Amino acid sequence: MSKKLKIIGTPVPKHDAKMRTTGEAIYGHDIKLPNMLYGAILRTQHPHAEFIIDVSEAKKLPGVVCIITADDVDTNHIGYKRDHPILKKNEANCTRDEIAAVAAETKEIAQEALKLIKVKYKVKKGLYNPHDALKKNVPQINKFSSGKFENKNIAEKFFYEHGNLEQEKKNSVAIVKRKFTLPRMTHACMATSNITAHYTKTNGKLLLYSSTQVPFLYQRDMAHALKMNPSDIRIIQPIIGGGFGSKLDMHPFEPICALLSIKTGKPVQILYSREEEFIASPTRQPMEIELTAGVDKNGNFTFREIEIIKDNGAYTSWGATTPFVIMQAFSSLYKIKACRFNALAVYTNNVFAGSFRGYGNPQATFALERVIDLLADEIGMDKAEIRLRNANTKGEITGQGLHYDTCGHKECLQTVIKKLKVEKKKVEKNNRFKRGIGYASMLHVGGGAKIYRSDGCGTTLKIDPYGFCTIITGSNEIGQGSETVLAMIAAEELGIELSKIKVINTDTDVKPWDVGVHASRTSFVAGNSLLGAINILKEKLNNKAAKLLNEKTKSFTYENGNIISPSNQQIALDKVVREMHFTEPNELAIASYFYEPSSKFQDKDFKGNVSGTYAFASQSISVEVDTYTGNVQVLDIHVAQDVGKVLNPLLLDGQIHGGILQGVGYALTEELIFKDGELLNPNFHNYKMLTAADVPNIHFYPVETNDKQGPYGAKGVGEAPLIPTAAAIANAVCNALDIEIVELPITPERVLKAIAEKKNNKKNK
Amino acid sequence: MEITFTLNGKKTICHIKVSTTLLELLRETLNLTGTKPGCHEGECGACTVLINGKSVNSCLYLALNTNGKEITTIEGLTKPNGGLDEVQESMIKNGAVQCGFCTSGMVLNIKALQLETMQNKKVPGSGIKNSPNRNEIKKWLEGNLCRCTGYVKIIDAAEEVFNKGK
Repeated sequence: MSKKLKIIGTPVPKHDAKMRTTGEAIYGHDIKLPNMLYGAILRTQHPHAEFIIDVSEAKKLPGVVCIITADDVDTNHIGYKRDHPILKKNEANCTRDEIAAVAAETKEIAQEALKLIKVKYKVKKGLYNPHDALKKNVPQINKFSSGKFENKNIAEKFFYEHGNLEQEKKNSVAIVKRKFTLPRMTHACMATSNITAHYTKTNGKLLLYSSTQVPFLYQRDMAHALKMNPSDIRIIQPIIGGGFGSKLDMHPFEPICALLSIKTGKPVQILYSREEEFIASPTRQPMEIELTAGVDKNGNFTFREIEIIKDNGAYTSWGATTPFVIMQAFSSLYKIKACRFNALAVYTNNVFAGSFRGYGNPQATFALERVIDLLADEIGMDKAEIRLRNANTKGEITGQGLHYDTCGHKECLQTVIKKLKVEKKKVEKNNRFKRGIGYASMLHVGGGAKIYRSDGCGTTLKIDPYGFCTIITGSNEIGQGSETVLAMIAAEELGIELSKIKVINTDTDVKPWDVGVHASRTSFVAGNSLLGAINILKEKLNNKAAKLLNEKTKSFTYENGNIISPSNQQIALDKVVREMHFTEPNELAIASYFYEPSSKFQDKDFKGNVSGTYAFASQSISVEVDTYTGNVQVLDIHVAQDVGKVLNPLLLDGQIHGGILQGVGYALTEELIFKDGELLNPNFHNYKMLTAADVPNIHFYPVETNDKQGPYGAKGVGEAPLIPTAAAIANAVCNALDIEIVELPITPERVLKAIAEKKNNKKNK
Repeated sequence: MEITFTLNGKKTICHIKVSTTLLELLRETLNLTGTKPGCHEGECGACTVLINGKSVNSCLYLALNTNGKEITTIEGLTKPNGGLDEVQESMIKNGAVQCGFCTSGMVLNIKALQLETMQNKKVPGSGIKNSPNRNEIKKWLEGNLCRCTGYVKIIDAAEEVFNKGK
């Protein structure tokens, strides 16, 4: 790609921003079909209880068309381990549990009907702490689990190791061991969960308007759940009002809505209320991480030993597989000679977590970067220096087998260390306000992640006789801007103006296969797939252009809607397409390509080069802490990220800012608070999402390493910005107050407690 | 009951229940789905509309209270020829739109600030000065939640609207 780029790298506004700014965009909430019914779900009143259900009164309510319970449906269980019944029978195991569903003529009638359903509960004592669930002689929480482990409440186990751990312990001059506790955070997408299902009885086809991030996996999961043929299910994605990983799993409300439509033969819509969204949509994984790590006399990291207990909740979602990513951070972020990793996902009567931007990495990075600061303190080394000394480098193959063909880790670190200037500004009397700084880095997949047998993406590309281009891509737009990047690539390569490029990406009956939006993969995988299709199409166009221009060459350039030969003969692109259609050998200006990254599916020991390339980032953050109130104010965030190549600076900024603010929320304010399995703060008033007034100064420095695997050298960017933020903030708070933080979020209460503990420790000394 | 109001410049008569919220009336009866339902409890600002030029959460505003008033929704901001309002233009240009679910509310709340400051020009010394600074913009937008953008580009977009007027 040595030629000069005209469009790639420029701040092109979002392709579809106009319709999203005028109210014209149709989200799931805006769909209204003729004769559509409204669905509503009855959830258990108690997180753990046996129950008997009677829907007879509710059925009599005028306007109620259908009520279903577990007894009325014949379905397969869903979830990553197929341990999750769509409708629960006789026993509820977490506060989300769906026990009945109604379809009615209006939303009000549907809600009224829920109230008329009589449920007799026999409340049972639940297990809300994974440690309790691991004790002997406690009940089996999930009766549908495969039970292949020694303890019936273990949902999943992960073990990984490399290097000689015992030897590296001996080589260490300092060893630090800490246990960290990470909270449940929720996605809080601005659009609540939604689905409209339309089953046609006459042909047995199911049409779903669904906000999934992974339409093809979803189609397969839905078919399995409903015992249907996947090809009889068509998924159309309306405009999606936020994803962040929440729509990676298929959730029970979706097959429930399909079942209501199948039973009634009418379209049915389910929209979550905000309260329902807080209770019943997935969360980030809460976990305890115990990390033991060492450093040698020169400041080189020696080993890491990790024990993780994840609260799996009552059922198993994709979130159970986050240790794939967690172990990557521990095994391969900074150079590390030996690593041993154990993780358990333990069933409890809590709600189950799902996938969330970063996929376990923010949790791992928090523990890892906190311990690096402690190791630096132990050996009296500067916190910037210890990181630079151990930073990853180009050409490195890590203990886990990740190949760093390009690596901007050191440059990222150097940049943010240099940019953060500590202003030792006015200190109020009594030293009330204390300032501190913190650093953290992160490693994440940057070229997809081969967690399925394929990590591919298909593209079909066509040019019409008027010179307009249509990209039919397997990938999806969930607000991140993938449509825009694809349109920019086509405009760059085909010399077609952006306004003449259309992107079709919402219909499983039309678009080619793709794994979905996750793992920061879309620009990388879909971009490469599109470039592949462009090459094939250009070959056809070149052949025809050569014929029409009487040229021998096959190396044409594409500019301003024209195909131009090296001798400067040119012909309009649309004319070439018409000639392709109308003259022999009469062919379409159309091409398809399936791109499969060079990455490898990891072996049973979790080793292998799982991604096409890897992204690195570092952040340096300054905070000011009010020691009277415990309030933490984030002042400046410097972020340098190895993005490979900037494709669109405007959209890139958006991913950085948005990710970072989610990271600040994770660090300081966001936590779903449960008591005995029940959610205490299911609203924006008590679940504190940050607002415009809370935005710190964010300074972003993209680092371009031009990875040859990426489109134009680009790497994935979406998840990275939030991954190190909480870690760097925690380090800054600890630096400001000389305290230890082992738990997120860093609420004023926790800060004051840590200050008090420090005072007590001093007194006792 | 019957109410009469001006909706996006057009006189409108509606029969409503006393309990109908403005959000329900707009979305369900009048099919103006550009106004978004984010929480139904006045916390997220996605359903912001203008009533007599001031921004309100339409989910908490009873439709009956609009009698005799002027309502502007996001659909009313677009000009009849399809042209956009300068706030919308600025949001697009500055990359302030990602998933877009908060965008209608954001646009209208920035518009409300613009209208407010235009009035304040006439009445010096009241409220925010005629061209709000970045911190005043941030404070003003506190009632509109966004999960995608980290707000930075939205604040940039608003700032550009006010800087143009300088």
